[in-house]
Amino acid sequence: MHDADLIAQLLRLLAAGLLLISFAMLSRRRTQRLITLYAWQGAILFLSTCLVAYGEGLRELYYSAALTLILKVILLPWILHRLIHRLGAQWDSEPLVNIPATMLVGLVLVIFAFGLAQPISMLATTITRHTIGIALAVILLSFMMMITRRKAMTQVIGFLAMENGLFFAATSTTYGMPMVIELGIALDMLVAVFILGIFFFQIREQFDSLDLHHLEKLRED
Amino acid sequence: MDLLLVLGIPFAGTLVLAFVGARRYAAELNIGFSLATLLAVALLALRVVRSGSLLLWQEQFYLDSFNVFLVVLTAFVGFTTTVFSRPYMRVEAQHGRVNARRLRLYHSMYQLFMGAMLLALLTNNMGLLWVAMEAATLSTILLVSLYRTKASLEASWKYFILCGVGIAQALFGTILLYFAAEHILGQQGMTALLWTHLDAVRGQLEPRVLGLAFVFLLIGYGTKVGLAPLHNWLPDAHAEGPAPVSAVLSGLLLNVALYAVLRCKVLVEGSIGAALPGRMLMVFGLFSAVLGALFLWRQRDIKRLFAYSSIEHMGIITFAFGLGGPIANFAALLHMTVHSLTKSSLFFTAGHASQSAGTQRMDGIRGLASSRPALGWGLMLGSVAILGMPPFGIFASEFLILTTAIQEHPWATPFLLLTLGIAFAGIFSKVQPMVFGDGTAPKVQHAPSLAPVFVHLGMVLALGLYIPPALAACYNAAARLIG
Repeated sequence: MHDADLIAQLLRLLAAGLLLISFAMLSRRRTQRLITLYAWQGAILFLSTCLVAYGEGLRELYYSAALTLILKVILLPWILHRLIHRLGAQWDSEPLVNIPATMLVGLVLVIFAFGLAQPISMLATTITRHTIGIALAVILLSFMMMITRRKAMTQVIGFLAMENGLFFAATSTTYGMPMVIELGIALDMLVAVFILGIFFFQIREQFDSLDLHHLEKLRED
Repeated sequence: MDLLLVLGIPFAGTLVLAFVGARRYAAELNIGFSLATLLAVALLALRVVRSGSLLLWQEQFYLDSFNVFLVVLTAFVGFTTTVFSRPYMRVEAQHGRVNARRLRLYHSMYQLFMGAMLLALLTNNMGLLWVAMEAATLSTILLVSLYRTKASLEASWKYFILCGVGIAQALFGTILLYFAAEHILGQQGMTALLWTHLDAVRGQLEPRVLGLAFVFLLIGYGTKVGLAPLHNWLPDAHAEGPAPVSAVLSGLLLNVALYAVLRCKVLVEGSIGAALPGRMLMVFGLFSAVLGALFLWRQRDIKRLFAYSSIEHMGIITFAFGLGGPIANFAALLHMTVHSLTKSSLFFTAGHASQSAGTQRMDGIRGLASSRPALGWGLMLGSVAILGMPPFGIFASEFLILTTAIQEHPWATPFLLLTLGIAFAGIFSKVQPMVFGDGTAPKVQHAPSLAPVFVHLGMVLALGLYIPPALAACYNAAARLIG
């Protein structure tokens, strides 16, 4: 089974790429760069899903790979690019405090994710079972990005990256969810981005900026 | 056929109202769609009552004693809320808080929200349940931000981020569930996520995976229930959205989210035993109840006050489900019903009261009893009911929960009593001056529709005195199912 070995190796390589991109996202300040990174993440997902589909001869996975390509590599990044152009926010960048500390916390999260994924990996029978830890790590890193960033657009990209991680987790553990569910999830994501797009304009109209520092009025008093 | 109607009417309503939602008859149309949904639901419920649990459409939809009463409750409160919303939104439009476009958005999203909740309740597929919950979240984000004020934008952003993260956790939990199921049920596409199939093999599901899945599912759906410490979105979303939206958020959405948690709990308990999930529900529930009651004291906004009261009550319900056993589960199911009815009636009166006073701040609302007696007394009676005074239904359920807790987990009793005491003093001391204090609340142009308020309160009163045998049988069967 030389072929299967090669595919498994390639899959691990792609998974490593996914993790690397998540770390890159943590350290990027420019919104535009983040969108590019998000598109790359989608591309890697597309490739790895195709590889799994080829290696295991699963037809449905090709469909979900195609869905990924259309939605996450082309459509969503395009929408986001257009949004920041129309908002005039393409050169926006935000000051990041203490990138090394963020990276260190990120590392701890990765170790935690691998520990958490251990029992699942042992039970899984997929050729991608070793990448479950990475999928979980991507979810946690995107989560961290949502918490630490203060720009509306960045938080949304964190949200979308988290969904990428979830999708990767689904492919690694079970070769993906049933098709109907995946379509439903994709639809929800698309609608979410549209709604948030409308939101950006309203937030900017009301606050003259997409900085979420302004959104801290509602506190417990 | 009736199922098609139940799901089809709200979605048809979404489309129709998206076009005509700003016309003069739009509010009546909204009422009409909700009434039609309620009638279709009644047909479906009758079938369940007559023939037991139903599996429909290639097992994709499932109705048993647990979800059938929630479906009826959802459709009913959905209907009464549209009745309340008619004069309320007219006044809002007159005050210039919503324009024609937003009114269209409001009516359309209201129907979508109802449809998504009914779908979440009716589906047998755990994946579809997730999709429906997410759809409900997205539609309510638009509803909460309806006024486009700074505060409402902030509230809905917070709502999106917190619930987005929460619902992502739930998705991971669902993936884990599917992973465990696939080992037993094989790759049969859709069937491996069907709740009835999972329930049939729940003893064989891998305990370690299910334990992990439950943690994610509880955190995920628990965020939407408003369980502390993930409750932050709830008071803001309730305070900043229109009053009808607060009523359905508090009265219905929280119930639906809790329903999702409980469906998962049933599966997980079959695999890893009742101890761990029960304990987790008890701890989260008690913590939310205490926290909700403590925060009640510090509120100045009438809708925030009742939002914190919702956190407290959802905490008590979650705690009761954690206790488990036929009596506690029965009480929790009853509490879900009466809380939903009472809390939505409170948001109706709070909405009208703040509309006529021109502010949601409680120190600006005074003297309702003398100037607007029906409104004032509605608010007072609702508050008395929510505080668990006999003979209202909440007294019965809280009493049952408390006595079961004393018998089985005495350590929790002081916390529960503390919660109830603090909430009582907190709400009563704030509502009393609003109703009986000096001052007047001016009338607004459109007479408020107070019928829903008194219908709800009447039902809560009736349930406190007498539970119809059919409903009791339904609760009992559901209580056995939840374990």
